[in-house]
Amino acid sequence: MPAYYLEIALVVLGLVLLLAETFTPAGSKRLVGLAALAAVTVVFLLLLAVKPHGLSTDGIWRFYSDDKLALFYKGLALLCTAGVLILSLDYAPVLARFSARAGGGPAIGEFYCLPLFVCTGMMWMASAIDLSTIFLSLELTTIGFYILVAYMRRNVGSLEAGVKYLILGALSTGFLVYGFTWLYGVTGQVTLSGIANALPSAPKEPALFAFALILVALSFKVAAVPFHLWVPDVYQGAPTPVTAFLSVGSKAAGFAVAGRLLEPFLAADQLRGTTTALLMAVAAATLVLGNLAAIPQSNFKRLLGYSSIAHAGFLLLALGANTAVGSLSPRMIVAYYLAGYLFMSLTAFAVLVVINRTDGTDDFKAFNGLHQRSPFLAFAITVAAASLAGVPLTAGFTGKFLAFSAAAGAHQWALLAIAAAAASAGFYYYFKVLRHVFWNRPAEGAAPITVPPLTRLLVVALITCTFAAGILFQPFVNLLR
Amino acid sequence: MSLLDLLIVLPILAAVVMAFGLPARPAALAAACANLAIGLLLAFRFDYGNATAFQFAALRPVLDNPAIGLNVGIDGMSLVMVLLTVLVTFAAIWIRPARGSDDALYYASSLLIAAGAAGAFVSTDLLFFYAFHELALIPTFLMIGMRGTGNSKDAAWKITIYLGLGSLLLLAGLAFLITAPAGGVSTFDMTKLGALTRTIEGPVQERIYLVLLLGFGTLVSLFPFHSWAAPAYASAPAPVTMLHAGVLKKFGLYGLLRVAIPMLPLGHSAEWIQHLLIVLLVGNILFVGLVTIAQKEVDTMLGNSSVMHMGYIFLGIASGSAIGYSGAVLLMFAHGVSIALLFALSASIRENTGTLQFHRLGGLAQSAPFLGLAFGMAAFASIGLPGFANFAAEINIFFSGFASKSPDHFGWLQTGTVLALWGVVISAVYMLRAFRAVFKGPLPDSLKSPVSDLSPSERIPALLLLAALLLTGFAPNLLLRAVNPVVQAITAAAAR
Repeated sequence: MPAYYLEIALVVLGLVLLLAETFTPAGSKRLVGLAALAAVTVVFLLLLAVKPHGLSTDGIWRFYSDDKLALFYKGLALLCTAGVLILSLDYAPVLARFSARAGGGPAIGEFYCLPLFVCTGMMWMASAIDLSTIFLSLELTTIGFYILVAYMRRNVGSLEAGVKYLILGALSTGFLVYGFTWLYGVTGQVTLSGIANALPSAPKEPALFAFALILVALSFKVAAVPFHLWVPDVYQGAPTPVTAFLSVGSKAAGFAVAGRLLEPFLAADQLRGTTTALLMAVAAATLVLGNLAAIPQSNFKRLLGYSSIAHAGFLLLALGANTAVGSLSPRMIVAYYLAGYLFMSLTAFAVLVVINRTDGTDDFKAFNGLHQRSPFLAFAITVAAASLAGVPLTAGFTGKFLAFSAAAGAHQWALLAIAAAAASAGFYYYFKVLRHVFWNRPAEGAAPITVPPLTRLLVVALITCTFAAGILFQPFVNLLR
Repeated sequence: MSLLDLLIVLPILAAVVMAFGLPARPAALAAACANLAIGLLLAFRFDYGNATAFQFAALRPVLDNPAIGLNVGIDGMSLVMVLLTVLVTFAAIWIRPARGSDDALYYASSLLIAAGAAGAFVSTDLLFFYAFHELALIPTFLMIGMRGTGNSKDAAWKITIYLGLGSLLLLAGLAFLITAPAGGVSTFDMTKLGALTRTIEGPVQERIYLVLLLGFGTLVSLFPFHSWAAPAYASAPAPVTMLHAGVLKKFGLYGLLRVAIPMLPLGHSAEWIQHLLIVLLVGNILFVGLVTIAQKEVDTMLGNSSVMHMGYIFLGIASGSAIGYSGAVLLMFAHGVSIALLFALSASIRENTGTLQFHRLGGLAQSAPFLGLAFGMAAFASIGLPGFANFAAEINIFFSGFASKSPDHFGWLQTGTVLALWGVVISAVYMLRAFRAVFKGPLPDSLKSPVSDLSPSERIPALLLLAALLLTGFAPNLLLRAVNPVVQAITAAAAR
């Protein structure tokens, strides 16, 4: 089965679901969510049946790749969507409260269908090797997010987030298209392989201009400086499952594209010096800004926003170092890091959703005495915080260590020093959450928290994967290589 | 499955079963006793004629290229560290928690710290050697904040951030180390990596060594990166302090001897690094020593004294000679046991009297003679009186300052050794003053009711640790026959 059947299957299932949703009674919208989850699961199982098409570059294979990394990112997108759908089921009460139609009931059915289309976009992004498909898939993802971010129409925060995301998203699209036109102008090519062949002999300054424009546009997708400003506000305002989707899925897909799109620039001899320096400058700025701004936060959702910026910095470090660690190429390191990021970040968001639906707030105070209210959630958030901070034997450490090694291999001493300082700031702000969980007492009258079974299963699976990716590397590397 | 795996797995397993509701104390004690038995079994079955080889080894690759493996094995030097770990773990688990119920989190944290320390000492793969050490970071943070005394919240932040920064510095150093050999990253196996890193050019070796020295040094509280240690040890619950000051802190020193010195011999022997190290270690001994004299409480005094004694171990390392290295390893063991004992006893003083301030204590030896005797002997050991392992170790270290050069040579190392000798006097001053203030003289008004002595069950860990100190003090060769071949191999390889 060729790989692009997956996207087709997902779009068809999404359309069917959207149609079926119309005929679902208002009281049973949960069924739509479960059906969406089933659809994603089916497509994930189909992913295992995909056969590589070989070396042909005719027809669709001119702008669609099914190499191992593409399949890996497709898997990540599907897993992330499944997790987000489970969180959405838990988040339904909050969603229903803020999405009521004027004079009508809540409208949450579409909320379960839209992630399928976003997921299709992210899966296509993983495979796109042509400027036009890159642009199309990126827009499919982003437009889906425009709706999802602003979904809670009775909530000012969500609307504000929607507007910010829309304006900056549109702006970054502009940058991207402008960059693409320059790239086409200097190379005369639209496929990435053609661009890679033409760039070494292309005029230098216009090529660098195209690179800068594309870098700026991609920094919006991956939440890096200079297009990071939307992150904290949008993360805080958007419905929490959507925040998780943005933080994990959108970033992973963004890096899948960034890895492919920037590779020709980093490979061309005449451009390498400048492009590496630019990437490193962006990485350094992202690391410093993300980590320092996270320190004073007291809202967990916002903290995860800054944490997302900080992790983008480490990922750019690995990408910009452009040096292999053993048999692991920079793009494989980035993919490994993102898989770990999915496990730990989704765990944190799952805990947040469960707490939010019990206490109605994302503030640190809601975590007070969590180890007495729910030892399970306390353990989950401890593992997630440890992994996000980069404590060894967790997935977060492996990714960080590989990124550090790549930077050391590229002799980027100054950047390595910045990264080490930034990571140590991470110890402070992630452990600040643990302080509330373990040191503080629960608020007066705070009830024990019950975790829904499906969410419990998700969290257990994510924690297992967090440890597995931190201790046993081979199975994950085999998926990449 | 090697015996060594059990050292790591059993404590973690005990922590896990506690989470599922099994009684915490019995489970923790079972794991600690089992580990003690395994440690002693390892010491009996160890092949001392072949002490430089990694024994009881098990190789479990987790990645092919670069080669990473969950590999374990012990040579003579790691054997001593393993013995230290199981001894102190047993004592730390055995003593009763000072306050609060003996809940699962309390024991699980201690067990995780112990498992991390054991894992670091038995790993022969650089990645897991580093990784296991960090296992202690979160339990330490949680325990100091939740169960600590005094200004424990600040102390918890301080130790976490300092150690986090130190370990990231170390991580950067290790990243330098593995990427420096020609041909890029290929393996994390310590033996294979050692052969590769020796070919690194001198100036590069010096730079990497400096980063490793500062990284490991921060974890050992090398002056001037020591200020986290005393407040954290003073406010942490007793088992955490015992495990941290006694065992875990030795990781940095072990790392220097296991990784930095054998892999970067040119870095270690570079003159400017030698001079830097000697200046810093004299800072540990004299500056922190004087700070220790000024302390007014037992716990901060012990915390500072443990920082000060690290200076001697660094001196042994700085000597660059086999006798200095073996003295350093022996002192790691001796200091670990004696400081764990002192912290355990000071915890029971606090529990009995409610205070550790000198001016509110006195005359405890009248009603608690065993406590006084045990504290006195541990204090003597800490000063370095003959008969205790600390003496055997320190005498080796002081000799090493003059062993490698002709008798009329008087350089930085010799100056440092002479200054360090004054540390013995300083130790005697603060330890004896503390002993007098707590155990001698009249009972203060606030303590009119007689203080109860250690119960028979509480005496078991104290007797065990004292026995270990005396046994290795009278017969240091019990440990040195395992250590000497290893350190001789290090110096012989450096001379090549």
